[in-house]
Amino acid sequence: MSKYLLRRVLIMIPVLAGISLVLFTVLALAPGDPFEELATNPNVPPEVRANLRHQFGLDDPIPIRYARWFTSMLKGDWGFSFVSRINVGTLILQRLPTTLWVLGLAQFLGLLVALPVGIYAAMRPYSLFDQIATTFAFVGFSLPTFFTGILFILFFSIYLDWLPFIYRADISATGWRWYWENARQAAMPVAVLGLAQGASMTRFVRSAMLEVIRLDYINTARAKGLTEKVTILKHAVRNALIPVVTLVALQIPGIFTGAVITEQIFRVPGIGSLLITSILANDTPVIMAITFVFSCLVVLFNLVADLLYGWLDPRISFR
Amino acid sequence: MTPPNGVASEAVSPAVARARVRGTTSMRSEAWRRFRKHRLASVGAAILVVMVIAVVAGPFVYRVPIDEIDFKAKLKAPSWAHPLGTDDLGQDLLARMLYGGRISLAVGVVAMLIAITAGTMIGAIAGQLGGSVDHVLMRFTDLFLSLPQLPLLLLLAYLFRDALKKALGAEMGVFMLMVVVIGGLRWMPVARLVRAQFLSLREKEFVEAARGLGAAPLRQVIRHILPNAVGPVIVAATIDVAAAILAESSLSFLGLGFPPDIPTWGRILFDAKDNLDFAPHWAIFPGTAIFLTVLSINYIGDGLRDALDPRKVLS
Repeated sequence: MSKYLLRRVLIMIPVLAGISLVLFTVLALAPGDPFEELATNPNVPPEVRANLRHQFGLDDPIPIRYARWFTSMLKGDWGFSFVSRINVGTLILQRLPTTLWVLGLAQFLGLLVALPVGIYAAMRPYSLFDQIATTFAFVGFSLPTFFTGILFILFFSIYLDWLPFIYRADISATGWRWYWENARQAAMPVAVLGLAQGASMTRFVRSAMLEVIRLDYINTARAKGLTEKVTILKHAVRNALIPVVTLVALQIPGIFTGAVITEQIFRVPGIGSLLITSILANDTPVIMAITFVFSCLVVLFNLVADLLYGWLDPRISFR
Repeated sequence: MTPPNGVASEAVSPAVARARVRGTTSMRSEAWRRFRKHRLASVGAAILVVMVIAVVAGPFVYRVPIDEIDFKAKLKAPSWAHPLGTDDLGQDLLARMLYGGRISLAVGVVAMLIAITAGTMIGAIAGQLGGSVDHVLMRFTDLFLSLPQLPLLLLLAYLFRDALKKALGAEMGVFMLMVVVIGGLRWMPVARLVRAQFLSLREKEFVEAARGLGAAPLRQVIRHILPNAVGPVIVAATIDVAAAILAESSLSFLGLGFPPDIPTWGRILFDAKDNLDFAPHWAIFPGTAIFLTVLSINYIGDGLRDALDPRKVLS
């Protein structure tokens, strides 16, 4: 097991190097100069600009720049943001908690919907409940988050006027009031993301349950005289959830994608909206760092998915 | 197909029996029959056909210019003069949606074609040649699979937009960028699928027979293996159209897709989102159009999966 883990972690390094190479090549091939913003700023005289370019090593050949960038990335030195003039690492760490908080809640909400609905639908396949649940899951899975977000704003903020549609990081209230305000403003982003997640997870849970429920050992459990509740919850669900756990872990990078859109709609000050503002402001170091963070998350969760799968299902052997 | 003798004990559906009487069960007509049995897939197909006809023929029938600015009629709710209302410049939304829908759907189809062509080629080469070629191509596929899709899409769209606009003109430039970038980040699942099909098909007896009869490798691939691998690829292609439409809409919605003078559905939504309180219709129509298209295509994909899966019991 530890040998397997070590090998998997070692494999991650070339993968991450490959990803960073792709990202860097894209940026190096791009027609716009990342230092264009200095070029268009009239307060910067040409010789200063040339000096700066030299100082940042932008005139060096691309392979050398890449090697330098990748090593400093690994050392945790992610450079300075062109726009806000602070350390990229600090900037990302400022924004990350909000994103993780919203995403975590959304994932929790998704599971809260998907588990009972999926299990109950699989217990009575093709019943009315199952048909309604499957249809809703299909619709939810086809609804783009940007449209659900807009519909939520229209209904809950404009029509009912219940919830604020702009997320504020600086709520001045204290105590319970603070928690209440935060819950109110997080409700819509979390619901939009969580329901989208819940829809696709419901499909996973249902099909995984359907696979398990017709196996012989479930019949055995029933024949022993166990109640339906024990048969389903203790015998079927525990095995059915093994592939679901993997799928959920594999989906996490996809949720980050959804988060970029949701954060943009509700103006949540997270890492996704930071990415969009940096792209619009030509803030290359921040763009590179965020894209790289997203890549690391993809690779990391692939590993987590594999390990979880093996841990939950002893039939899988690590070689 | 099954030989005529020795299956007498099996229950035979009327259509199969009829086909046997006629002596032919064409795979295609059988698949079509099964597809029609999937009710929601048929409804989806009908909705999609209506949408396609509307965006292709609509601008010829509904001859209102998409960029006629009329400040007297700005942000108007739907009325007889403007069936879907107007935006903040008084431009007619129906005309814009019909025109933009063409582009939204075209992006979906062309990006899908790129993804499927690239994926099929890479998967076929990896599956047919095997060995180190297979190994390298699959590692390459894995690498692409671990790239973060949306951030990379945003980055590419942002970096290359101006250069392509200059080279190919605003509309064509952004269109090419969108389809290449979206298609170029979606071929990996198809490649894996095709490779898996090739690995199992290439060992089948009928391919061995072709090989024994002296068919060149290229002929084996094109005449014998590919036609048998096509079912799952068609399903993946259908789902890819929906995914590509969503990707384009997301990019345009984030303001990094098409410019305002090319009103794709995502772009209209982007322009509408700051006026939700006075002009909800402006956002609801394009959003619904995207949703209905994606839902229909997903249902069609579901129906095709049922229709094309040869392991499904004939019923």
